[in-house]
Amino acid sequence: MSSDVMAIPSLRPARQPWVEAAHEWITTVDHKRIGLLYIFYGLLFLVIAGVEALVIRIQLMFPHNDFVSPQVFNRLFTMHGTTMIFFVAMPVLFGFVNYLVPLMIGARDMAFPRLNAFSFWLTALGGALLYFSFIGGSGLYGAGNAPDFGWWAYAPLALKAFSPGHSSDYWTISLLVSGFGSIGTAVNVIATVLCMRCPGMHLGRMPLLAWLALTMAVLLILAVAPLSAAQLMLMVDRYLGGHFFDTQAGGSATLWMHFFWIFGHPEVYVLVIPCFAFVSEIVPVFSRKPIFGYPVMVAATVCIAFVSMSVWAHHMFTIGMNSYANGFFAITTMAVGVPTGIKIFNWLGTMWGGRIVLKTPMLFCIAFLFQFLIAGLTGIMMSSAPFDWQLSLSYFVVAHFHYVIVGGILFAIFGAFHYWYPKVTGRLMSETLGKWHFWLFVIGFHVTFDLMHIPGMLGMPRRIYTYDPGRGWDTLNLLVSLGAFIQAVAVLIFVWNLVFSYWKGKRAGNDPWDAWTLEWSVSSPPPAYNFATIPTVASRRPLWDLKHPEDPDCRYE
Amino acid sequence: MVSSTGLSNIFAPETTPAQWIVDLSVFVLSITGIIFVVVAGLLVYALWKFRATREDANREPAQVYGSTQIELAWTVIPILIVVVLFLATARVIHAVQDATKPPNALDVTVIGHQFWWEFRYPTLGIVTANELHIPVSDPAHPRPTFLKLLSADTDHSFWIPQLGGKTDLIPNHPNTMWMDPRRAGVFLGQCAQYCGTQHGKMLLSVSVDSTEDFDAWVRAQQQHGGETEVRLKPDTTYESVLAGKRVFETTACINCHAIGGSVANGRYGPDLTHFMSRKTLASGAVANTTTNLRLWIENPEAIKPGSLMPAMKLNDADLDAVVRYMETLR
Repeated sequence: MSSDVMAIPSLRPARQPWVEAAHEWITTVDHKRIGLLYIFYGLLFLVIAGVEALVIRIQLMFPHNDFVSPQVFNRLFTMHGTTMIFFVAMPVLFGFVNYLVPLMIGARDMAFPRLNAFSFWLTALGGALLYFSFIGGSGLYGAGNAPDFGWWAYAPLALKAFSPGHSSDYWTISLLVSGFGSIGTAVNVIATVLCMRCPGMHLGRMPLLAWLALTMAVLLILAVAPLSAAQLMLMVDRYLGGHFFDTQAGGSATLWMHFFWIFGHPEVYVLVIPCFAFVSEIVPVFSRKPIFGYPVMVAATVCIAFVSMSVWAHHMFTIGMNSYANGFFAITTMAVGVPTGIKIFNWLGTMWGGRIVLKTPMLFCIAFLFQFLIAGLTGIMMSSAPFDWQLSLSYFVVAHFHYVIVGGILFAIFGAFHYWYPKVTGRLMSETLGKWHFWLFVIGFHVTFDLMHIPGMLGMPRRIYTYDPGRGWDTLNLLVSLGAFIQAVAVLIFVWNLVFSYWKGKRAGNDPWDAWTLEWSVSSPPPAYNFATIPTVASRRPLWDLKHPEDPDCRYE
Repeated sequence: MVSSTGLSNIFAPETTPAQWIVDLSVFVLSITGIIFVVVAGLLVYALWKFRATREDANREPAQVYGSTQIELAWTVIPILIVVVLFLATARVIHAVQDATKPPNALDVTVIGHQFWWEFRYPTLGIVTANELHIPVSDPAHPRPTFLKLLSADTDHSFWIPQLGGKTDLIPNHPNTMWMDPRRAGVFLGQCAQYCGTQHGKMLLSVSVDSTEDFDAWVRAQQQHGGETEVRLKPDTTYESVLAGKRVFETTACINCHAIGGSVANGRYGPDLTHFMSRKTLASGAVANTTTNLRLWIENPEAIKPGSLMPAMKLNDADLDAVVRYMETLR
């Protein structure tokens, strides 16, 4: 184990000029710094896209509200969705994966540090380009507008005839650019996990986070390719006289849908698999037991990745595919629920018979389990295609996917923040602020997203900028909006906790949670080189073996 | 728009396909409900039973790595549930999608536009917009309506929750759906697939009429102008109506709209031959009143900003005349 670095006051080095510090951060190839850059970037856009959501919810608080015009509303929901998926969730998750994977496998950095930096900056450029559209894109009627065709950019709505001007092109190009960044990250993760594990760490001894990062990376490469291809085809249609999706010239609208959803469905697994990883690391430590069924967890995740490539057209049940196609996608979607359920049962099995410590990281993971269970079950409801013919394109599905993304993914991310913040900064986040954040967010989340299912079942479609009174949607929309504000307050508490704890948090030491994986063997924060000597491991929990020499894992695995 | 049939609730089915969907959904909800109760119950129990207490602070619990039997059990049982769910699902998919069309079915072609609905009854020679009329179907002697779904521009989706699941209208990709509503009434819905700026006000109403009412409606719609007597409102003269017709026929109105018995045969906008038979204008955006009609023609952006109807820039006299003319289009 490496020792803490002690600062002797009289010998503290002179403060670095900020220009030099900025230069270091901008030119860094250190996976830890790049990870933090990704995370800061994602947090910034979380706030921006969150404000977009709040404006949407204010507009929908009352029927026939005119807080924003329909044109602005349509840009808001497009930008909210696009930002949250590509410039919040993916960067934050890539940030955690970047920071943690080398530390957890006993490596000094990722396999390709410069590719790592390049991938981050491509992503950053993509986000900047997307938001430049607010001032740079010119529609038919004047200066400055963002894309407004939904984050799926369905054709033919996205073609020149229906989306004149350049707002659509900002969507296309920003995602194309950040897509290349994603592929770079994926390649890096695969090479790192496969080639840079420390001695003794064969694949069956890797932390689950490393396995899930590997799976996510493979899925990412498979998923981004069809999206990039479709985007190039869209540009050909818009500028080079192509007719791939131009139905008035014999092209196909459903072709876009297939390409998009072959990306879109695996993409949501790309987002959730790292969250499974966080939960798989946190729940064992706070249950004081190893993960239940490690090999099954690996197999289930790989299974999910495979099957998730075959379910995409469950987003297309209403487009008029024939009954055999609908049946096929119904059964594959139901099938992907089996390995997913197995993972939930294994987390439950980890807690069972354990000693559950209810600190903030664990609270978020427990909420994840409940909420992801419900989200998965509403997904099963929609896998039954005829039921989906009612539920699809309504607020029911909006509630479902926010349940997954907020109730599942964001909760797991909050848990990960609380768990690894001490490693990154050397200080613990405040438990008190953490609990306030947790409970307020749980309440706000459930007020918003539990109730949101109901207008969907009462016929409220999605992406409408207003609605008539008397449809049974009025009170529900008002309450949904109020819940959003409660969540906003909770997120502000979280941001404050991040900032406050950096200066005033309790010192954490190497291993504040009494955990078992290699990142807890180095100082907090880790030195730039991670490990003074590359460790050798003999089991899945090398620190457990060190702390319990009378009962090491390597005797049982 | 006002519904006479309660809220547009997916659990208040009025047709056979909608009923099949409700039956299937109750089955699915039961299964998912049981799963939720069991798993969430175990989670709650585990949290209570195995929570850390002060007494066991220095002991680690038994380090169990897994159990093959348990893993097998909670793999096999979900697989069986999936098989059962799929069989129930597949049956309804086929029943709805592969239903044969009986010879007495009514054919309606629905064409989705930005941001209104065109309804054509090919066998009856009727063209109308936004408010669909279909006959009641007596379960003993079913007379379903089969809709052919087309689009003139982007993707749309036809959704009346009480009458069945939604089906999209996709350009260059004709779709079909059918409904056999069991009782008369007005059922509300709206476009469910984002189609542009005014997707939110592309509302739908389906008036399910008794056989007599439907036949009467058909007869009225089949008149193509010129045959029926022009019924004037109390303070309107025939000359002013003719003046309005002249304004209509000599300005750009005829480029987009059709009125039977006149020179107007534009197809881009709704057919206005029987405009006054509709309760709303602009596809459900506002009630069909004189004030709203005048405002719509003068400044559509005030009612439906982003709609594709341009402000017609008529002077007040012409505007009033056109409104008077349009109010004779019963």
